[in-house]
Amino acid sequence: MIAKKLFAAIVLMAVAVGPAWAVQPNEMLKDPKLEGRARELSKDLRCLVCQNESIDDSDADLAHDLRVLLRQRLQAGDTDAQAKQYLVDRYGDYVLLKPPFKTSTLVLWLGPFAFLLVGAGIAAAYYRRRTATAVAADPAVAPLSEAESRRLAALLEDDKKS
Amino acid sequence: MRRWTVALPLAVFFVLVGFFIWRLDLMEHGDMPNIIPSVMINKPVPNFDLPPLLLDKAGLKSSDLRGQVTLVNFFASWCIPCREEHPLLNGIGEKVRLVGIVYKDTPEQARAYLTRLGDPYKALGIINSNLDPKDPKSQVGIDFGVTGVPESFLVDKQGVIRFKQIGPFTPTDIKTKLLPLVAELNK
Repeated sequence: MIAKKLFAAIVLMAVAVGPAWAVQPNEMLKDPKLEGRARELSKDLRCLVCQNESIDDSDADLAHDLRVLLRQRLQAGDTDAQAKQYLVDRYGDYVLLKPPFKTSTLVLWLGPFAFLLVGAGIAAAYYRRRTATAVAADPAVAPLSEAESRRLAALLEDDKKS
Repeated sequence: MRRWTVALPLAVFFVLVGFFIWRLDLMEHGDMPNIIPSVMINKPVPNFDLPPLLLDKAGLKSSDLRGQVTLVNFFASWCIPCREEHPLLNGIGEKVRLVGIVYKDTPEQARAYLTRLGDPYKALGIINSNLDPKDPKSQVGIDFGVTGVPESFLVDKQGVIRFKQIGPFTPTDIKTKLLPLVAELNK
């Protein structure tokens, strides 16, 4: 009985406690559409202090500043791309959690596929060689000797005649 | 063919070990992977005009950074690495013109900090401690791409940023990076 109550209490607590948002209510824009865009954008922008958190998740002072500025840019009529560019101009591509596809990031984007190709090549070569050696070593599938070929031809001839 | 493929995993292992030792060694010499190269290098300083921190010393605006090589140092009284760096800045004044920007601090505390530790700056501006989206003066740090303090920017005679130091200067940084560049820019 006590265990059941305790379990219920734990479940209740887990449900009642929401996630702790970094975004403070006083930062939010009144226009829910703009605020929604700001939230989406800030999920893809890196907090330069904590480096592996987005500014949407981070409690750092700088993240707060960037959130406020981002919202101000949107209010001033910037498109999403313009608002992002504003930060990229100051902090570089590093501020984007998803690096852009360009010459300096080719290795990053295409590297995994190159490794996959190399791996597939090695696997293909390995299996091809293994089949070839298996055929050579197995008497059951080895090519016919000359005598065997002759005997086979004779048998087939007989078959045709009868 | 067979024989050397057996040794392949071991070879890969040693290549990786070599790579890690190389990276660790670079870190030992100050090449930290968490230091982000600035996009502001080789760009003109952003436009700004900051009020003075002290009554008897000028504030700082972007046009002040033209005409001579200048080191712009962002600092704050609450910043411990800044304190560590400060004695070095006190000695740097003869070699390069040094100006300061107080970052996210109150004027009172910044003044007390300089009274205690010395004031090596030729000019001192202060950024409002809280960011106000309507006030460009509060955004100067972000316009410079500052991520924290201390950070320093070396600006050439044309007002173009040529070097950024993230974190405190060490005596080695000053000797091997800053001063040679200052000499080159002064030519």
